[in-house]
Amino acid sequence: MAEATPPKHSARDVTTEGPVVRVVLIAIALAFAALVLILPLIVVFTEAFDGGLGTYFASLSQPDARSAIRLTLIVAAISVPANVVFGLAASWAIAKFEFWGKSFLTTLIDLPFSVSPVISGLVYVLLFGAQGIFGGWLDAHDIDIIFALPGIILATIFVTFPFVARELIPLMQEQGTEEEEAAVSLGASGWKTFLFVTLPNVKWALLYGVLLCNARAMGEFGAVSVVSGKIRGMTNTMPLQVEILYNEYNSTAAFALASLLALLALLTLALKTVLEWRFGDRITGANGH
Amino acid sequence: MTSVRRTSLLAAAALSVAAFVAPAAAQVTLLNVSYDPTRELYVDFNAAFAAHWQQTSGQTITINQSHGGSGSQARAVIDGLDVDVVTLALEADINAIVNNSGKIAADWRTRLPNNSAPYTSTIVFLVRQGNPKNILDWGDLVRDDVEVITPNPKTSGGARWNFLAAWAWANREFGGDEAQVTDYVREVYAHVPVLDTAARGSTTTFVERGIGDVLLAWENEAFLALEELDPGAFEIVVPSISILAEPPVAVVDGNVDRRGTREAAQAYLEYLYTPEGQEIAAANFYRPSNTGGLPAEALERFPALDLITIDDPLFGGWAEAQPRFFADGGVFDQIYQ
Repeated sequence: MAEATPPKHSARDVTTEGPVVRVVLIAIALAFAALVLILPLIVVFTEAFDGGLGTYFASLSQPDARSAIRLTLIVAAISVPANVVFGLAASWAIAKFEFWGKSFLTTLIDLPFSVSPVISGLVYVLLFGAQGIFGGWLDAHDIDIIFALPGIILATIFVTFPFVARELIPLMQEQGTEEEEAAVSLGASGWKTFLFVTLPNVKWALLYGVLLCNARAMGEFGAVSVVSGKIRGMTNTMPLQVEILYNEYNSTAAFALASLLALLALLTLALKTVLEWRFGDRITGANGH
Repeated sequence: MTSVRRTSLLAAAALSVAAFVAPAAAQVTLLNVSYDPTRELYVDFNAAFAAHWQQTSGQTITINQSHGGSGSQARAVIDGLDVDVVTLALEADINAIVNNSGKIAADWRTRLPNNSAPYTSTIVFLVRQGNPKNILDWGDLVRDDVEVITPNPKTSGGARWNFLAAWAWANREFGGDEAQVTDYVREVYAHVPVLDTAARGSTTTFVERGIGDVLLAWENEAFLALEELDPGAFEIVVPSISILAEPPVAVVDGNVDRRGTREAAQAYLEYLYTPEGQEIAAANFYRPSNTGGLPAEALERFPALDLITIDDPLFGGWAEAQPRFFADGGVFDQIYQ
């Protein structure tokens, strides 16, 4: 007995719990994850396939559903690249250069994380809506922004703004400027330095940021619902269409569409895990060059 | 400054894409902005009107729909949603568009028959199958064994009609004695176990969570619950008196003149009043406002009852009723503590 028990004040005591405590802790964690994460996911898929495979695909091929899927893809296809360009530019500027207003820019990038998505949508209504600051001018020139594709894209870009930059800045900062300085001193142009030195160093982190950005862009509800106008078959994105179908008591169709979003989430999760497992050091910069 | 410049740059980029994506306007399109429960109605009606318009004008017409809360839909029109016709729940919502954007002429209510309300609805009772608590009229709502489900009139437009319908019954019952009327309505709300914020929430509470004995509901919503949610689980009880709601429709002048769609938009709303349009409304559980020329079976599901309107001297229209009953410190605040 006395032999099996470790000495009372050994260092191991701090990090090693008794088997009972460990089992209880693991059980709590697993039960909680099952309750709030896995169970809802299962519900999504069981509800979606409630009426059988035929109904599932029939509800996905409804014109309104197809249009929602198409719109969501278009929005992501524009807002994600826009944020990649911005994210690269911002993190490059912040990590490699010193300039006035740098810390302000860094803070600004985080703004969308702390602003409620409803506000993100409303600011665009206040700017570009008919009663907004630019409303009269836009109306006179017959340009639609709010309640049309441009508004939805703007709102999506706003809420997904930080994802790419947030992944790149810490990594670039840690990598420092030595490699770039070497390249420049060997005669490389700025563009070449970026393309052949900086970009390869951050490519996995960039991909990671793109994944997160894309998942959010396709899943955004709040900001988009404010600027969408909810025109069926035209300005409803997938998350909006899910809500509408559900409110119309059409839960099979709602969950069919929701299952696509859930699949996207699972795919994102899988790719994210692969990236973390394979290139973890090059994403976080923890054990970087 | 820089963020504004960047925003407009992005907008410009997005715009060029939008121009590329937007379908070519080779045919007439109308956008109808409506409220939540009219979706099925306008799916049917749009198909019928498209066929009619094709026949009479030779044009192919596409009608797009947007549905949402009536108040927020009006807000979207004010903010520039490019809509040809509005078919909303409340006169006040169209007046909000008139007052805040000027896109609808102030005389809109007189431009179509029946105060521009092609169909009407009223508040009825939805009870559980077999009516186990034997709820037949408003007086039964305050019996000790009865629980009533209705949303909060402070937050829900629909709930205000419920409140006023109860008020109208009590006013008749107690010969206009306001103290007794107030006591009755207070008693009704004392029987409400869950005061949801919106009508759909109350329907869910009653239908899915199984709470309460009677749901005060729009007749069209009650029929929907009856036929689509859980057939055979509920029945409708029509009280002796209720309130008449007249969901109004209007052409959005400012938009149709710019888009050149006035003729089609006007014809669209007028078609609602034809026997074909009225029959579609009836089939979707709205009471037709013009019953002439309708087959008897289209009307038999709507039992006759006394209907009082919001413009009755008892209420004096929304402009008077809203502040008196539902503003902060109004009658509802006094009875519901």
